[in-house]
Amino acid sequence: MAVKTAPSVGVEIHADEKSRRLFRVAILALIAGAAISSRLFSVILDPWFNFRATKYLVANGFYNFWDWFDDRTWHPLGRVTGGTLYPGLMVTSGVIYHALRALTVPVDIRNICVLLAPACSGLTAVATYLLTNEMTTSPSAGLLAAGFMGIAPGYISRSVAGSYDNEAIAIFLLVFTFYLWIKSLKLGSMLWGALCALSYGYMVASWGGYAFITCLLPLHSFVLILMGRYSNRLYVAYTTWYALGTIASMQIPFVGFLPVRTSEHMPALGIFGFIQLVGFIQYVRSAISGRQFQTFLMTLVAITFVLGIGALVGLTSLGYIAPWNGRFYSLWDTGYAKIHIPIIASVSEHQPTAWPAFFFDLNMLIWLFPAGVYLCFQKLEDQHVFVIVYALFGSYFAGVMVRLMLTLTPIVCVAAAVALSQVLDSFLTTATPDKETAIKESEAAAKKPNKNGGLSAFNKPVVGVYDRISKVVVAGAMTTYLILFVMHCTWVTSNAYSSPSVVLASRLPDGSQHIIDDYREAYQWLRQNTPQDAKIASWWDYGYQIGGMADRPTLVDNNTWNNTHIATVGKAMSSREEVSYPILRQHEVDYVLVVFGGLLGYSGDDINKFLWMVRIAEGIWPDEVKERNFFTARGEYRVDDGATDTMKNSLMYKMSYHNFQNLFPPNQARDRVRNSALPEKSPELDTLEEAFTSENWIIRIYKVKDLDNVGRDHASAAAFERGRKKKPVAKKGARALRID
Amino acid sequence: TQWNKVIANITTHYVKETPQRTKLLDVFMVFLVVVGALQFLYCVLAGNYPFNAFLSGFSATVGQFVLAASLRIQTNAANKSQFPDVSPERAFADFVGCSLILHFFCINFIN
Repeated sequence: MAVKTAPSVGVEIHADEKSRRLFRVAILALIAGAAISSRLFSVILDPWFNFRATKYLVANGFYNFWDWFDDRTWHPLGRVTGGTLYPGLMVTSGVIYHALRALTVPVDIRNICVLLAPACSGLTAVATYLLTNEMTTSPSAGLLAAGFMGIAPGYISRSVAGSYDNEAIAIFLLVFTFYLWIKSLKLGSMLWGALCALSYGYMVASWGGYAFITCLLPLHSFVLILMGRYSNRLYVAYTTWYALGTIASMQIPFVGFLPVRTSEHMPALGIFGFIQLVGFIQYVRSAISGRQFQTFLMTLVAITFVLGIGALVGLTSLGYIAPWNGRFYSLWDTGYAKIHIPIIASVSEHQPTAWPAFFFDLNMLIWLFPAGVYLCFQKLEDQHVFVIVYALFGSYFAGVMVRLMLTLTPIVCVAAAVALSQVLDSFLTTATPDKETAIKESEAAAKKPNKNGGLSAFNKPVVGVYDRISKVVVAGAMTTYLILFVMHCTWVTSNAYSSPSVVLASRLPDGSQHIIDDYREAYQWLRQNTPQDAKIASWWDYGYQIGGMADRPTLVDNNTWNNTHIATVGKAMSSREEVSYPILRQHEVDYVLVVFGGLLGYSGDDINKFLWMVRIAEGIWPDEVKERNFFTARGEYRVDDGATDTMKNSLMYKMSYHNFQNLFPPNQARDRVRNSALPEKSPELDTLEEAFTSENWIIRIYKVKDLDNVGRDHASAAAFERGRKKKPVAKKGARALRID
Repeated sequence: TQWNKVIANITTHYVKETPQRTKLLDVFMVFLVVVGALQFLYCVLAGNYPFNAFLSGFSATVGQFVLAASLRIQTNAANKSQFPDVSPERAFADFVGCSLILHFFCINFIN
């Protein structure tokens, strides 16, 4: 197309243009290839629920998947899966699966799930290319941005091969939706707006983070209106996107009526109304004289503004519009989650980001990023406003929550590419002007101060950036940085973000690798040695894995939709056995699974998560579970001799350390995570019996005992058993009593 | 008073300056507003029980209204400079395409 429309000056330009396009395609293909291959350091499937849902979709068809009631999670309750998930990811891989079958390339659905994220990252790189090309005329910016996006660790961390998570596909859709939005805003075309809405609908189907788009596009429009940049193009683009996108997003059962009912979506609705008003005012302005227009404007704007805000506040306080939900609200009030919803604060990804994380995840991009935003300020067209708004919001959210680094990464790549391409264009391609024209220009520049901006060095005559040495030095420096960036990204990806969470790798003293495969060992044991419908109670972190790998029903899982049920498990784990046993019986639990890292020094175990269980349980039963009781008088959290009685008698403590002392010579038992000596005697369990302990003691599975045959409670039954073994004298005494 | 004058000016301007085809479009838009208002009134009076039905009906009118408004803007000769790439035929084709998408979603949502 570009070749055709280009003025046909001569054959040479034609050929030049052609080879350039060839280069571009080749570079993009290479970038996509690099993006894909850099995600293949380790290949292992992780998010088990998505995989399980996809298998269900492929096996049972779309309609059954849509109405899927899953009775193997949240044991007594079950989960209406079709209505409580974002189906985009599963449907995408299902479609790919069937498409490949139709092409007679039968691929296992598991392989599609594993490789979906790298494939999407290639598409993300292309989408970033397109988006950046909308921002600047520089030919290199788009390619640079695509290169950055392809290998930036901030994005790789969520899209390595096997990380079959919603983000895998969502970031591509995020960038692509933004590209379509910019495109429709620039052209003022309904069709591009409709495409943007469709892409937005797909994004809604894929990830809960769609609210970011829902808030960012209205904000962009609002800023444009406030800047006096309202145009009919904005009207067309925004209203088309909103009208089609909102009705599209409501098709997803999980979203349903949320777009008209919750506060997160109100900015979009408000701007939709506001833009109608502004459009109408614009029309009237062309019809009547200036003076009349002013009265008209003042009254109309004042009335509608008051009415609109009043209606919003009124509806919210009357309860027609739900207030911000906790997850979003905690982004504004950063202390909120920790106090009111411990389950949100307990996830490590929801913590604020530390400075080194920015440099670790983005390396040189993080210092090119502000420069790029600054350059956008200097050009300041509609699309640059978008970059600025996005940059501000993305940085704020990434600072509040580690996980949202992911949404910041695309704009960092775009802005950094704009900045870097500006530098490269200036230093690589600027031809030296003739002496005379340069002098004339400098005189002209001296008379008239430059309003277009740009670094002042670029406006100076022959010396400076036209000099060959400075060109070589700057370009060389930038190339060095770029090479270092690639090396950093590769290093980070291979070392930090490619470690599967199911298989733990450690190094032996001689440097060889040692694989610790306790999780799979234990899950396999469950799968093969327990009845098909044995219920497993564990902390929610392992719910999806148990469901996926062990294929057994669980009580709670990673989809934390029912806080009380999780608190029930927390209470069972943190109470005395007499309290826990009835709870476990009531929920028909057959096995209890705990993760214990004391032998190996595996710090992510259940004793370290234990305080969160206590907190979550305390939120529901403040009288029965008290966090204070798990600390010593001096406020220490201890597991050794000095531990409090509540701690020692809690089910979690007993399950973790049961029989652990027998591994060591007397009095030398040590917990390598807490780094403390353990009490001499290991805790006794009355109501549970050990069923399985994995090789490195990471996973311990206990069977819940049945009720006692003779009707005693378990404590006395166990005491009786132990007593008989140790002291037969006591037995005689009991017999003597029975004589009379 | 002043308001009367303003409204009178707007009306005369409208009647004089607007081409026939655009007026036709305006009649359609007025019709949509009336239909939407009636639906909303009914919702207020009779309750919103099948809420999805109300939403799809109402958003069909709203969506069609803004699409018609977009078509009106793009086909208006005075706005030609703002839309260099959009010919009236292209605008109409876009309008048809977007309306089809809108109606697909609305029919799907009304169940």
